[in-house]
Amino acid sequence: MSDRKIEHYVAPVDPADEIEVDRVKLGDRRSNLWIDAWRDLRVRPLFYISLGLVALVSLAAVWPSLFTGVDPRYCDLGLSNKGPTAGHLLGSTFQGCDVYSRVVHGASTSLSVGIFVVIITAVIGLPMGALAAYYGGWVDSVLSRVGDIFFAIPYFLAAVVVMSVMSQHRNVLVIAFAIGGFAWASLARILRAEVLQVKNLEYVMASEAVGRSRFATLMRHVLPNSLTPVIVYLTIALGAAITAEATLSFLGIGLPSHTMSWGNDISQAQTSIRVAPMALFWPSLALTITVLAFIMLGELIRDALDPKARAQR
Amino acid sequence: MLMYVGRRLLQAIPVFFGTTFLIYFMVFSMPGNPVLALFGDKTPNPAVLQRVMEQYNLDKPFLVQYFLYLKNLVTGNLGVTFSGRSVNDILARAFPVTLKLVIMAVVIELLLSVVLGLISGLRKGRILDHSNLIISLVLSSVPPFVALFVAQYFIGIKLNWAPVTVGENATYATMLLPAIVIALTIYVTGMRLMRGSVIEAQSAEYVRTAAAKGLTRRRIIPVHIARNSLIPVITNSGASFGALIAGTTVTEGIFNIHGIGNVLFKAILLGENATIVSFVTILTVLYVLVNILVDLLYAVLDPRIRYV
Repeated sequence: MSDRKIEHYVAPVDPADEIEVDRVKLGDRRSNLWIDAWRDLRVRPLFYISLGLVALVSLAAVWPSLFTGVDPRYCDLGLSNKGPTAGHLLGSTFQGCDVYSRVVHGASTSLSVGIFVVIITAVIGLPMGALAAYYGGWVDSVLSRVGDIFFAIPYFLAAVVVMSVMSQHRNVLVIAFAIGGFAWASLARILRAEVLQVKNLEYVMASEAVGRSRFATLMRHVLPNSLTPVIVYLTIALGAAITAEATLSFLGIGLPSHTMSWGNDISQAQTSIRVAPMALFWPSLALTITVLAFIMLGELIRDALDPKARAQR
Repeated sequence: MLMYVGRRLLQAIPVFFGTTFLIYFMVFSMPGNPVLALFGDKTPNPAVLQRVMEQYNLDKPFLVQYFLYLKNLVTGNLGVTFSGRSVNDILARAFPVTLKLVIMAVVIELLLSVVLGLISGLRKGRILDHSNLIISLVLSSVPPFVALFVAQYFIGIKLNWAPVTVGENATYATMLLPAIVIALTIYVTGMRLMRGSVIEAQSAEYVRTAAAKGLTRRRIIPVHIARNSLIPVITNSGASFGALIAGTTVTEGIFNIHGIGNVLFKAILLGENATIVSFVTILTVLYVLVNILVDLLYAVLDPRIRYV
């Protein structure tokens, strides 16, 4: 035997942190649906434009005197249907009132109708959709059939009936009920579809497995995770409700004619469209821009929340 | 297929009862006597009041009234308007006009959706695509009555390219302008559906295969990409068909087109509640029926729907 030693090379043990090795490198940025959506939104100029417009309209609704000092109810028949004059930048209406001041003061009517409609839609539509999908069985059958009936009546037509019958009680709340009382069915459908998907996920089963009641699970886990399409729908519905109010007022069954609203102003200006088109144009423009701001905001949020839509851009 | 038709029709029955009942209930539960409202400020003679109440079955309990109305509706007797004209006669004259207008609007909407959606999808992310999307969004936000007024003023009154009002002469030519305006305010959904499916189709395997075997883009785009992307767009047009039939009130009012919507428009302006209710009911029933027909049409077009 030789006394030669065979030296084996043994690599030194590198005390690597196993946890460090196992960690998946995702970058330092945290990520979830809402953070991704925010990252997407904050670089889009349209987002700031629509947000700015919404802020502007809200400000005009809450604090109209910030924009104009002219009394919208003070009318000078001598100025009837006049174009822009000193102190009346956008001209005067048929009655001789200041168009600009009326446009500014009309914002609060439109916005409050929109907000009330959204609240009513949510208050009826959320429980109807969530309970139907989550409990299933006969609850689903009953609630969904009721929803089908409301869904089958075009909500504008339903509002026409309600407003004609309620001719003695036309105000912002009644008009909001006339619109929201039927528009909720779409929301219930959207939420139902979403809850049906969410309720089969593991965390819902886990929540029930650790002993939380079914209702508590619904409120705590299922509903918050199903709200994405609801938020989008409600933002767009706000715009649509403003349109519906203006259309009803235009038909003469919306708010009473002494209430300041863009729909009423358009309706009154319509008779003199040939001589004074601008009195019709300005409230129409304000209405369109407001509706556009809400719809655009809703669309952008939808886009940002949907990875598939992001990929298609 | 027969099974599907049967099931779809069965589902429609509770909806039919429910909608008509709901409209009736709303009217009935509201404060005030509808007959008194018809007389305006005047106080009618109690005998006259009694007579009118009997004529409209208003002296009977609510449920009896509802079933009497339903019986008439099903047997095709739609009653008379406040001014005494038969609703059947009005419908027979007005419905074809509305149908013509709505068909025109839907065809234009379909063309706009397909052409603009295809362009947008093929040019994804470019300037053309972005401007297409923004323009369609802006157009869809314009309240229809504003859009109609703007078109009426600029194209009808200022440029004199189209008649300002349609009136009795409801031809395709005279109704072109309102049809285009309606189409412009609703084509956004169809265009997006087309754009989405065109983008998806472009990276689909059958398109790659088509390119791999040497087909030119001139052949791939219309035959492979566009044709397969059409189904959702046509589906959407079906939905807008129903919605438009129910929603022509403002359009027909502003352009004075003598369709169903116009009858409702005039009744609203004059405050004739009885006429309003009966026409809203008719429009709702039409809306439900059209939607069933459209659903059945999908089942014919797309076999997958039948088996869900």
